[in-house]
Amino acid sequence: MTATIEPSTEAKPGSPVRLAGLRRGYGQVTALDGLDLDIAPGELVSLLGPSGCGKTTALRIVAGLEHSDAGAVFVDGRDITKVPANKRDMAMVFQSYSLFPNLTAGENVAFGLRLRGVSPAQRSKRAGELLELVGLNQHYDRYATQMSGGQQQRVALARALAIEPKVLLLDEPLSALDAKVRVQLRDEIRGLQQRLGITTLFVTHDQEEALSMSDRVAVMNAGRLEQCASPDEVYTRPATPFVAAFVGAMNRIPGIASGAEVEILGQRLTVTQPPEVSAGAKVTALVRPESVLLTPAVAGTVRVARSSFRGPVTRVTVELADGTEVDSDLPSPAAVDLRPGTLADIRFAPEPVMVIS
Amino acid sequence: MTAVADLTVATQGPRRKLGKGRVAAWLVLVIAALYFLIPIAASVEFSLRGVHDTHDLSTWENLFGQPGFLDNLITSLELAAGTVVITLVLMVPTTAWVHLRLPKLRRLIEAICVLPLVIPAVVLANGVLVAFRGGPNWLTGTPVILALEYVVLALPFTYRTLDAGLSSIPLTTLVEAGRNLGASWLTVLLRVVVPNLRTSILNASILSAAMVLGEFTIANLLLMNTLPVWTVQAGQQDGEVATAASMLILIVTWALLLLMSVFGQRGARRTGRSG
Repeated sequence: MTATIEPSTEAKPGSPVRLAGLRRGYGQVTALDGLDLDIAPGELVSLLGPSGCGKTTALRIVAGLEHSDAGAVFVDGRDITKVPANKRDMAMVFQSYSLFPNLTAGENVAFGLRLRGVSPAQRSKRAGELLELVGLNQHYDRYATQMSGGQQQRVALARALAIEPKVLLLDEPLSALDAKVRVQLRDEIRGLQQRLGITTLFVTHDQEEALSMSDRVAVMNAGRLEQCASPDEVYTRPATPFVAAFVGAMNRIPGIASGAEVEILGQRLTVTQPPEVSAGAKVTALVRPESVLLTPAVAGTVRVARSSFRGPVTRVTVELADGTEVDSDLPSPAAVDLRPGTLADIRFAPEPVMVIS
Repeated sequence: MTAVADLTVATQGPRRKLGKGRVAAWLVLVIAALYFLIPIAASVEFSLRGVHDTHDLSTWENLFGQPGFLDNLITSLELAAGTVVITLVLMVPTTAWVHLRLPKLRRLIEAICVLPLVIPAVVLANGVLVAFRGGPNWLTGTPVILALEYVVLALPFTYRTLDAGLSSIPLTTLVEAGRNLGASWLTVLLRVVVPNLRTSILNASILSAAMVLGEFTIANLLLMNTLPVWTVQAGQQDGEVATAASMLILIVTWALLLLMSVFGQRGARRTGRSG
């Protein structure tokens, strides 16, 4: 019997996904320690964290490639925890190249359709459409070994999209690619995901990828969810010191607590969450490098230790009187006069900062 | 001028050494080739001998008409086919499963699979006779039991060949990709694992078949009639016929090895990889 599905490349309502209390351990090591996460239909959520934080384990449990010790996975409100991987109606793009070496690009894309009983003519047409969607319609008859890494990952993406999965799972699909292709492909993936409206769970350890591609970023640490919020919120209002330190660069500057404010280097800044310490206690303020402003001054209070040109911005590192080093990201033209050894005045952008005791 | 001359000597030195090395390599190759080819050529010449020191094809022409030859040839070919099928059905999923789920046991399983190489054939044959004494008629005293014994004998070739093939592909990722796209375990095995192990499966098949076509000891001890057994028996009456039959086994084996090489190269050319 031949299936008569008429797949399209247009948006369809995605499926909501819910992870409820997922736990997974390997001997003495706890990979997941009660992970709860709700993903809205059509949303792209990134699981971001350092190696070993449990993000890949979570993704593999959602895919059905691993089992959880406790907890459940729901898709469309249905508990699929016990459903085998081949019946979950999900598709995954892997970190390592996963194209079947014995099949051409077109045959790879058509693989899932063939399993679903789509007729040869239909699946060939559909494979062509999807390869065109990822810009590789000229590569239909090429084998994996005849394509670059970026092309192989594009074909893998087309293969995943071909079966119109309820959920798209991306397991660091860009990590093996060179920087230029990585940036190009991440924009393409995001564009396709938004156009097709597929609920997507994206695992990465690259914060730039997570921040630039996601609707929400779920930062994980030691098997737990530290914060799940929009990229802007995760960056500007980190919920925990770990998130503050992990996402983006962060200065740790000594200061003095003063209720809802903190005084650092003579400047008072509001705090995002007052620390549980008495007024006058010594605390550490977490300040982003782009919130640190430097101006050359003959009688400046800090001395430039070094500077590092990074294209549009230059990172200037200054040394405080107590030896603490503070990074400042300045527009490169503004950093021209801040050579090593120069004295400068330091100020902080009037934004709320996080304080730890 | 002296410097130039020194330079010439210096650059010619390694070349001369390389030349000597090449000559030595060729010499070893020729000696090894002669070591193998002289007995074969002598056997072929012997099988072609006619009356009064003439040579003709009469022995080869009469070979297929010899009593029992064709039956035993067919038995041996059936045994080879049966052994290959049973071995592959047993070993491909097993080896793949070991790679996927029990990778720590690979060395242990390899050691077990190599055991038939160190256990004398007479021990294996006697073990089978004792173990299956009183067994069902369709098993004992029929080529079925011999095929099962050959499966054990083929384990060292098949396990190592399949293990090498599986190690050369990203098996876990391919299997997970297949599962993720909706394939059952059986579909993954048949459409993902087997096609990517084509060369290894072909190699294992041909090595197993070649082993079966030339195996004499166990078949003789189990009182089975196979082509090698028939050849030895025929040799007691007519040496030329036995030699021609031996040459035929050799030719069939070589043909199989040639097939293995051709298919292996074609597969590698098609996908741009080996495995």
